[in-house]
Amino acid sequence: MTTHANELAVHVRGLRKRYGEVTAVDGIDLGIRTGEVFGLLGPNGAGKSSTVEILQGNRDRDAGEVSVLGADPAHATRAWRSRVGIVWQDESAPAELTVAETVRHFARYYPRPRDPEEVIGLVGLEGKAGSRIKALSGGQRRRLDVALGVIGDPELLLLDEPTTGFDPAARRQFWDLIRKLSVEGTTILLTTHYLEEAEALADRLAVVSRGRVVAEGEPAALRERYGSGATVEWNEPDGAPRAVATDTPTRTVAELMRRFDGEIPGLQVSRPTLEDVYLRLTGQEDAR
Amino acid sequence: MTATAVRPRTERLPGVWGLGLRRGALEIRQFFRQRDQVVFTFAFPVVFLFLFASIFNDDVEGAGIKASQLYVPAMMAAGIMSTSFQSLGVSIAVERDEKVLRRLRGTPMPPAAYFLGKIWLVLVTGVLETAILLLVGTTLYDVALPSDAGRWCAFAWIFVLGLTACALLGIAVSSVPGSSKSASSVVVLPFLVLQFISGVYIAIDTIPDWMLNIGALFPLKWMCQGLRGVFLPDSAQVLEQAGGWEFGRTALVLGAWCVGGLLLCLLTFRWKNRREG
Repeated sequence: MTTHANELAVHVRGLRKRYGEVTAVDGIDLGIRTGEVFGLLGPNGAGKSSTVEILQGNRDRDAGEVSVLGADPAHATRAWRSRVGIVWQDESAPAELTVAETVRHFARYYPRPRDPEEVIGLVGLEGKAGSRIKALSGGQRRRLDVALGVIGDPELLLLDEPTTGFDPAARRQFWDLIRKLSVEGTTILLTTHYLEEAEALADRLAVVSRGRVVAEGEPAALRERYGSGATVEWNEPDGAPRAVATDTPTRTVAELMRRFDGEIPGLQVSRPTLEDVYLRLTGQEDAR
Repeated sequence: MTATAVRPRTERLPGVWGLGLRRGALEIRQFFRQRDQVVFTFAFPVVFLFLFASIFNDDVEGAGIKASQLYVPAMMAAGIMSTSFQSLGVSIAVERDEKVLRRLRGTPMPPAAYFLGKIWLVLVTGVLETAILLLVGTTLYDVALPSDAGRWCAFAWIFVLGLTACALLGIAVSSVPGSSKSASSVVVLPFLVLQFISGVYIAIDTIPDWMLNIGALFPLKWMCQGLRGVFLPDSAQVLEQAGGWEFGRTALVLGAWCVGGLLLCLLTFRWKNRREG
């Protein structure tokens, strides 16, 4: 194998998965570079979880090539599993054990684990180390899940909808944690249906809809590429609001300046947000 | 391998036996922290022994024993099966449903370590259960400890083979229930039926032959019979279907179930629920 900077941690070509009559994944291609945070964004049922489960080695695929850290996850070995960390969508850990007991125990499974006490601190559970898991809140349990996902010091961390059910403050804390891990050099793939989460965390993202990748790139580039045009809004002299979609907003404003002598009431020029782009790409415009 | 994609991993993966021991310690700790489970697991056979041995305590004609003495080895066999078959069948089904198994599968923990941990748990609880019943039986119900080394030895192998066979069957049966809610019904019904037709609740000489023959296909009947051979005087052999203790045959059947149970586990064990595919 040759050394080059853009070594792919995850490489997927033509991935397909069907459940009976339902096609969940319909030819997905992905390339995730070592060291980046990659977001898989899409509405519920778009095929994100199936894709991630196949990458984890926990689900068979019907077709396609998959390489994760240079190996096919369908034939996962113990050595491979020790290099991949997983945080599941809905998690459960043994309720009768304490946080510290659980994290220390899981550390034993790995050839070169991180320090359990340090990991407990990393996810902000120092104050709960001696508590039984059944006594934790939902958000604290999720942070324990992340602790168990990173205890083996993984090269690649796979997170499936990690913040579903979080309150806004808990979500911010979680984002900080992901950024910390990323700075340490962990490659991270996360699925989410929260656009702001993908925008806040991901270096690059793929928008998935109906089992296919409909757009891929850096968040800003996606907005640039798919969000052409602008909307000019103002109020007519009788107070009636008007809005015009245009590719030449400057010309529209110039025309308005000629019509209105002086200030144009309620003038607003807006570019599409990433959310507009996302809703358009996933065919959910009506949802607005 | 590239320097950027793969950090050097020279350390070896932790060994299976060591991890199995650690999992065993963890399982035992979890078990004893669920106090209601502990109380019911250990009290159940003791309460049944007390009920049956108090209700039926007449002399058994021509056998030289009292009916209550029959219930000590019977409950001991049922206790071994409940700590292995029933507790594993239910607890593994719950762990699968609650996705504890799936999480373990996502780590480099070797699957064998999980099963070794379960075996340690069953061994500890099985020994405790048997010791409690032995204590109650010898102090209250005129059962004597085995008098010679041969019977102690038989006691040991019946315990080990019976516990192993039932534990393996428990692991296998855990894949049957669709969810943790149905787990205890699915596991308890066959266990209850077996207790009736294997001579646990009802004296062996009053059960119809065809029922006994069905019971004889499974380990429990042989565990009961073998333990009667260990703890009752030879004069009680007249009550047996074959008129003797049949130690050799018991060893064969239990040994066969250990092998068959292992195969069944290897063929049917699932880390995920059926619903999850």
